[in-house]
Amino acid sequence: MFSKKLEQKQPEIPFYDSARRTFPLLDEIKEAFHYRDLVVELVRRDILARYKRSLLGIAWTMLNPLGMMIVLTVVFSQLFHTVQGYAAYVLSGLIAWNFFAQSTSASISALAWGGEFFRRIYVPRSVFAIATVGTALVNLVLSMVPLVVVMLVVHVPIRLTILYSPLSMLFLACFSLGIGLLISSVAIYFPDIIEMYQIVLMAWIYLTPILYPIDAIPPKLLRILMLNPMFYIVTFFRLPIYYGQAPTLKDILITGTISIVTLVVSAWIFARRSDEFAYRA
Amino acid sequence: MDIPPNVTIQLDNVYVRYRLLKSQVRTFKEYAIRRIQGQIEEAEFLALKDVTLSVYRGEVFGLVGSNGAGKTTLLRLVARIMHPSQGRVRVLGKVAPLLAMGAGFHNELSGRENIYINGTMLGFTRKEMEQKFDSIVEFSELWDFIDVPLRSYSSGMMARLGFAVATETMPEVLIVDEILSVGDAAFQEKSLARIRSFRENGATIFLVSHGMSTIREMCTRAAWIDHGEVRFIGDSNEAVDRYMDSVGC
Repeated sequence: MFSKKLEQKQPEIPFYDSARRTFPLLDEIKEAFHYRDLVVELVRRDILARYKRSLLGIAWTMLNPLGMMIVLTVVFSQLFHTVQGYAAYVLSGLIAWNFFAQSTSASISALAWGGEFFRRIYVPRSVFAIATVGTALVNLVLSMVPLVVVMLVVHVPIRLTILYSPLSMLFLACFSLGIGLLISSVAIYFPDIIEMYQIVLMAWIYLTPILYPIDAIPPKLLRILMLNPMFYIVTFFRLPIYYGQAPTLKDILITGTISIVTLVVSAWIFARRSDEFAYRA
Repeated sequence: MDIPPNVTIQLDNVYVRYRLLKSQVRTFKEYAIRRIQGQIEEAEFLALKDVTLSVYRGEVFGLVGSNGAGKTTLLRLVARIMHPSQGRVRVLGKVAPLLAMGAGFHNELSGRENIYINGTMLGFTRKEMEQKFDSIVEFSELWDFIDVPLRSYSSGMMARLGFAVATETMPEVLIVDEILSVGDAAFQEKSLARIRSFRENGATIFLVSHGMSTIREMCTRAAWIDHGEVRFIGDSNEAVDRYMDSVGC
């Protein structure tokens, strides 16, 4: 019975050699690609589990940023009344920020707390980070719905440039995956980095133009804020949506370089550390 | 594939070295302070020392040794969960680690959804899992429960599902950590029969057990590991005898 099965499908017999590793990053990419169906299953699992657990399910993905936006608008709109359609301004920045904050935190905890799991089975570790970013991407696309609704309500014109959003989402995803992998490589040794990271995020959101308009920043301070990579990522995200402008080649080059360099460098560090997961957990 | 013919698992001079911080430093703050004060001392713990070992095709190979001797570490090397600190590990063929049975099971999802997650974690594609799906459910005898969330499964049912997924395709190497106690007596018989048929079809079985009679009965050869070192490799009865002598039984 079993031999018949073997005859039917005789794929190349895999061969594992611990000595055959040339470049850890390349190995990790190859392995993650091999497990691509697992990424899809994990994303599906996260979304299904969320859907099944609560009454409103997926609707929360849209209601959550809306609720935050309402609170922030009530609190800050008087302060920044010069901004046209402040609610849309806040929401467009906020969903980009939420994507970043949630996907990085989730991938760090998945990797740092996956201890018992990592000692039982071999799975390329990066798969878990990729899957959390994948789940966050689904949520991000869903939260475009309330964003468009809010823009209509507060009379911010919706232009065709919104079609550039997939590119901004790609940059945002690359940057978030990079930061998630980078901090996870440290969190293997010190799990309390996760707590520390939450505090960093709190400070980081105020260093990023989410709540306040860029032109409200004094030039001196602006120079400092421009050292923050999220400054570019969030601005690039807003550009085709809220501002209705197509990004210039310069915008694409700057933001693209930031996000891709972050991803490559972090993934390189992570791949060199990923053997440690089974040792330290 | 420069591995001797008929060998499926080859370990050459393998070391596994854990680095432990002598004083328990669990937080980053503490580490930073101690590092500055120069108080970080690292101790080395060798879980495996210079292990060289060949396991042949179609063999049932046993591992005996006390707790903490390094048996599980050795299994993890073969399952590529761990990478050796030094030395070389080569494995020909797909490894089904039964220590990974039911890995990634999620309580809120149905048995059906869990089959796909667990299967892709074992390295299969979604398509391969679709083809196997019916016979997995058939073997686990869970047709009536397949669309029910896993939280309403009994632990026996979960183990049956995990075993069925892990062993649906015959692997070249099957790793069994402790003897299977899956489900009720009838299912145990069924799972043992499946393992036996794997062996008859040329799979290599790597078995760790504290049940000495299991090792004697099932294994052709065995290794005795003590404090990370291989003390003996050869006939399973002799391996068990030597191990028992050493612990004074």
